Amino acid sequence: MSALALIGPLTADATTPTNYENLSFFGRDPWWLILIKVVAVFAFLVVTVLMAILFERKIVGYMQQRIGPNRTGPWGLLQSLADGVKLMLKEDIIPTAADKLVFIIAPLIATIPAFLAIAVVPFGPANNQVSIFHHRTPLQLTDLPVAILYVLAATSIGIYGIVLAGWASGSTYPLLGALRSTAQMISYEIAMSLSFVAVFIYAGTMSTSGIVNSQHSWWNCLPLLPSFLIYVVSMVGETNRAPFDLPEAEGELVGGFHTEYSSIKFALFFLAEYINMVTVSSLAVLMFLGGWHAPFGLVSVWHGANSGWWPVLWYVIKLVLFMLFFFWLRATLPRLRYDQFMKLGWKVLIPASLVWLLAVAVVRTLKNEGDLNRSHLIYILGPVVAVLVVLWIVSELRYRQTSAVEKAEEAATAAKPFDPMDGGFPVPPLPGQTLPAFTPRRPRAALVGALVESAEASELEAGDPDV
Amino acid sequence: MTTTRALGSTTGVEITFILIGLLTFGAAVLTVTVRNLVHAALWLVVALGGLAGCYLLLAAEFVAWVQVLIYVGAVAVLLLFGLMLTRAPIGRTTELDSGNRWAAAVVGLATAGVLVSVIGDAVRTTWFDPRQAVVNGTAKAVGTSLFRYWVLPFELLSVLLLAALVGAIVLSRRDVSDDVDAAEGTPRAQATEAEA
Repeated sequence: MSALALIGPLTADATTPTNYENLSFFGRDPWWLILIKVVAVFAFLVVTVLMAILFERKIVGYMQQRIGPNRTGPWGLLQSLADGVKLMLKEDIIPTAADKLVFIIAPLIATIPAFLAIAVVPFGPANNQVSIFHHRTPLQLTDLPVAILYVLAATSIGIYGIVLAGWASGSTYPLLGALRSTAQMISYEIAMSLSFVAVFIYAGTMSTSGIVNSQHSWWNCLPLLPSFLIYVVSMVGETNRAPFDLPEAEGELVGGFHTEYSSIKFALFFLAEYINMVTVSSLAVLMFLGGWHAPFGLVSVWHGANSGWWPVLWYVIKLVLFMLFFFWLRATLPRLRYDQFMKLGWKVLIPASLVWLLAVAVVRTLKNEGDLNRSHLIYILGPVVAVLVVLWIVSELRYRQTSAVEKAEEAATAAKPFDPMDGGFPVPPLPGQTLPAFTPRRPRAALVGALVESAEASELEAGDPDV
Repeated sequence: MTTTRALGSTTGVEITFILIGLLTFGAAVLTVTVRNLVHAALWLVVALGGLAGCYLLLAAEFVAWVQVLIYVGAVAVLLLFGLMLTRAPIGRTTELDSGNRWAAAVVGLATAGVLVSVIGDAVRTTWFDPRQAVVNGTAKAVGTSLFRYWVLPFELLSVLLLAALVGAIVLSRRDVSDDVDAAEGTPRAQATEAEA
């Protein structure tokens, strides 16, 4: 699959204009235009978050055959606003054992960096600018030659908000939630960054506008399909969303790192989580799904699809689809166990992205040298595919052997009757084990006989735990 | 790019640079003097972030964001993680003072002296204008000099890191000896069970 996907775009070489290399499109706006853009992207983010919270509740509701919020405003549209006002009016509690200063700044550290990433998101092409008050400008606040590194740096600072919130609460469950969350975000950040590196190598740039511009013939999700899949998994892990929302596992950790938070501070954590969702969705759109480019084939029918203000529409449509994907996941998948989750991150995603990165780098180097065409590709990819097939067969054989051994072990354990009190405390049965038949003790009243009065019997039952 | 200039005429960039330098220095001093373990780690974060700010003002954009990404975003978070896994009490900790702190101070001051004298001597007569030096700080320039002129130190460092990685795995792997223990232990446990 990946081999086939690689062959196509190698011939369609992107001739990047030099302006995308030195980014001279940017930094020419007057101060009032910069102000307008800042307010606009900020408002876009906040409105998207408000809408996302409402839509999440509505859509998850529909998926579970409920109605969802419908009391505040038409179709429940004002629900998020009402929730925000309610949270602000609640009592702001600081636990006695808390480290006060850190407890207060932790939500700020979580929220402020979350806002930073939107500054480099391109809403439209930089070389086909729109006119705002007779001033031609690109639909993007700014861009850096290392814009994606800037985004990654900003999101990695956001982790501090969670760690410090958990620690400063002075309470056990928040601390455990914070530890889980840190481990999770660090592990998945590696896989996420590695999937980005493939895009850097493929596009030859780290600026957001340059990466989007390089996808004018092919969206990166096709030639870099493995990277795209790895990114989609790791972005869910990075944002602590279901099915990877282990830091907030209610059954294990109460509320996770924000258990002790209330009022506006809790609202800030909530806001940060949803902004991060918008950010990672934006990154997915601009790195892999063509950013502001019109959907496939539309440009050949309608030449103006990528000019004027239309790119904003395509970008927003893709963003909304990605957010819907997040809600869909949450409504569909159960939460993973912690060890399964870590195994997936370290033993599957990171090695897979390293191997894939090597392949992308080899192809890119050969292409840069100029001695690569389709016939060479067969000689290069043929042995690789052969080795992979051999490895797959060997691992499959070994898996079957071990699974036979495991099956024998399982049969041996299944032969033993399951004792729920074996380890000294009661445990539920694992799959394949069955609880011994439960025979309820007869009420003592029945033993004593019908002579005992009913009032006495109920007193006896209430007082004696053995009954 | 390199012109001599009078020290008297300072620009906004230079003033900001000095302020951020002072902030970094102050945070570094607080890191080793503050009594609260987690607060010390947080001051370390401020110091590392201040360094990133210095790099940014010197037009080393790539290095600056990598500094934030690696040191602030990963190393210091792992440090905090380790602290919280072992012990990170809220409030002051008394036994933070190490017995060999004077030796550590001597080593630190000596290192600082060497660095300041070497770098000061190297750039005494040259003056970097950040606006002109932007081309030196791009990812392309850093990558070129790293992989063309400094590739041997780079590879040596990566071998060192690999060794550290393998060492960490060997240290943390206890399942080998545990397996041996378990293999020895199981028959005995079964035997005692049977006897009982």
